[in-house]
Amino acid sequence: MKTLTGAQMMCEALIAEGVDVMFGYPGGAIMPFYHALPEYPQLRHILVRHEQAAGHAAEGYARTSGKVGVCVATSGPGATNLVTAIADAMMDSVPIVAITGQVVTSLIGKDGFQETDVTGITQPITKHNYLVTDVRDLPRVFKEAFHIARTGRPGPVLIDIAKDTQNARGVFEYPETIDLPGYKPNYDGNRRQIKEAANLLNQAKKPLIMAGHGILLGHASTELREFAEKTGIPVITTLLGISCIPEDHPLSLGMPGMHGWVHVNRAIQECDVLFTIGARFDDRVTGKLDSFARNAKIIHVDIDPAEVGKNVVTAVPIVGDAKRVLEHLTEIANPNDHSEWVNHIREVQATRSKRQRDPESGMFTPHHVYAEFTRIMQGEFRVCTDVGQHQMWAAQLIEYMKPHTHITSGGLGTMGFALPAAMGVQVACPNEEVWAIAGDGGFQMNLQELATVVQESLPLKICIINNGYLGMVRQWQELFHERRYSATPMWSPDFIKLADAYGIPGVRVERAEDVAEAIHQARATNGPFLIEFVVEREVNVYPMVAPGASISDMFEDPSEVEIEDVVAVK
Amino acid sequence: MKHTLVALLRDQPGVLNRSVSLFRRRGFNIESLTVGHTETAGISRMTLVIDGDTTSVEQVIKQLYKLIDVLKVSDVTQDPNVTRDLLLVKVYAPPAKRSELMQLADIFGAKIVDVVPDAMMIELSGSPEQLDRFVDLIRPFGIREMVRTGCLAMTRGASTISGPYQTQEFRAA
Ligand SMILES: Cc1ncc(C[n+]2csc(CCOP(=O)(O)OP(=O)(O)O)c2C)c(N)n1
Ligand SMILES: [Mg+2]
Repeated sequence: MKTLTGAQMMCEALIAEGVDVMFGYPGGAIMPFYHALPEYPQLRHILVRHEQAAGHAAEGYARTSGKVGVCVATSGPGATNLVTAIADAMMDSVPIVAITGQVVTSLIGKDGFQETDVTGITQPITKHNYLVTDVRDLPRVFKEAFHIARTGRPGPVLIDIAKDTQNARGVFEYPETIDLPGYKPNYDGNRRQIKEAANLLNQAKKPLIMAGHGILLGHASTELREFAEKTGIPVITTLLGISCIPEDHPLSLGMPGMHGWVHVNRAIQECDVLFTIGARFDDRVTGKLDSFARNAKIIHVDIDPAEVGKNVVTAVPIVGDAKRVLEHLTEIANPNDHSEWVNHIREVQATRSKRQRDPESGMFTPHHVYAEFTRIMQGEFRVCTDVGQHQMWAAQLIEYMKPHTHITSGGLGTMGFALPAAMGVQVACPNEEVWAIAGDGGFQMNLQELATVVQESLPLKICIINNGYLGMVRQWQELFHERRYSATPMWSPDFIKLADAYGIPGVRVERAEDVAEAIHQARATNGPFLIEFVVEREVNVYPMVAPGASISDMFEDPSEVEIEDVVAVK
Repeated sequence: MKHTLVALLRDQPGVLNRSVSLFRRRGFNIESLTVGHTETAGISRMTLVIDGDTTSVEQVIKQLYKLIDVLKVSDVTQDPNVTRDLLLVKVYAPPAKRSELMQLADIFGAKIVDVVPDAMMIELSGSPEQLDRFVDLIRPFGIREMVRTGCLAMTRGASTISGPYQTQEFRAA
């Protein structure tokens, strides 16, 4: 019988799982795999410049395509460089498989050169992980790993493979079935509970839907919209839920939480039934827990039973897949109209949220950038944001019209995410316009990837919102730390010259009038393009809920904080 | 209130480590933990005692279930059950104190497993509360060394914790 090396088996397994691209970086312990790779031209390998970027690129790929993203690294430093991205994928339930080489079996546990216990290190930040030291286990392990990554609540799975195992030979037979008696995600949702949820919603006077990442991960945008339209219930979208419903939809209200809109947080506080689906009541959403949604009965739909009842008391818990539960719910829920309630929230929106879309004149702020971007792009784009002020503004101000068009690091809040994630998005959507938007700080955390962008001819459009500060931290220092700007002012290189060094054209924009021109120029460029927006240095993201405060207490102006500490919305 | 949980685990590398690391990471307070073989090869059984006032029992169960190699978790606290802990204790026992100690051991059904001129080793198995009482009584004699295994639990009656799981999925596999 024909035998293969472990490394060839890895390639065969990847192909069997439908993988056509991976992001990686070679090194000693993974060399047998890289040796086999050229025998499989259907497997595209993208060489990054730092393993963290391979992880984020795999995430970006997975977050847009819905397929499992794959990243590869060598043992030791290669593997530890993946850790941040794996943790990021864990927090945001992103299906990736990370493949790492390990030192030869006889050196494991002996502190061999470039040995780290990567299964130990990643244990709390993976959905599951494997150390493979027997070539006969390889096919089963790959089958299980991809299955675990993409089913149930998706997440990262790591496979660590000893170098001698990659070289060992064996018969390759890819299993057709999976035998994991302890792993049985529940998709359907309990019928009685769904009925109860429908009853509660039918009777509600002021119901509200809070939609999270689960809608996008479960490809349930259409179902969400149909449910909302049939029942007339307005929808709010968490940071990771953004783009699961078109933002110009009459029932779409916007984002809740720390930098959510006043009218959205007010809606949470006033609603009588809060139907939460695919969201996990993160503290950035709920603010002070005991005052969150205090007039509401909460229905919580999640594929992960452990999320239900973890943070809030739930009247109706439903464990199931967003799509299936919504289909069923739409079937049995009564058609309804809640325009009075929706209008009430819209009135609050008209009085309390306008200022933010309409910044003071005379200053050049990210608001101008995002307003022009929305106007010019007409919903035809995919945006990856980094972490910080520019991220919050991008969430608030850009209008997202199609699912999976807003990609950001939510749970972990990983600076350096935008550029590598956008590479993955661009690989998943080669014919679409993909924009990476980062702050001056975060951009410099993974800017080495400009080389990957060039080498792989990725036509990414890169925006740097340069405020000369680690802006979000500076904002907290201004508001809560006596304006002590400790370690937040930031010198940066000439970003345009930097781009030029990589052969990437770019422009610097310093006035609101020049924004549109630059965006047009970027779009007209066949290939990557970089725009540096040099914006007003000390502008804050508002409205805001102070950390630990109730979402009823939003403020919209620093003077409001100083004078009254916080302005009670209600 | 104290809760006794029983979990069945597949014998896969790291499964115990995963469970324990989960308790640490989530800040669960585990008072006692034992692991051992079961009637089925490849399946281990873990018994946990948790203080339900400081740790959410529901979360412990749900988080354990998230581990791929955890097959079954059951809170047996409310079921009629047998709980057992095993104690070995070495007590200071000069000849003058021996008979008193032996009497106490006798009352509790403990066994004297080793005697040397100055000390005595006693073995006792029983419910954790029984062991507590015994230890309190012999403490004045001077305990030199002591070890307890932690609690094991099994529900009474003919049904088993692995019942439905074993008849359906496992036998088929
Ligand atoms: C890897 C990492 N380190 C530190 C932080 C803490 N942090 C959050 S926002 C922020 C400032 C980001 O600055 P910049 O990238 O310039 O974006 P801005 O807020 O100015 O838009 C920092 C340091 C983080 N989120 N991630
Ligand atoms: Mg900045």
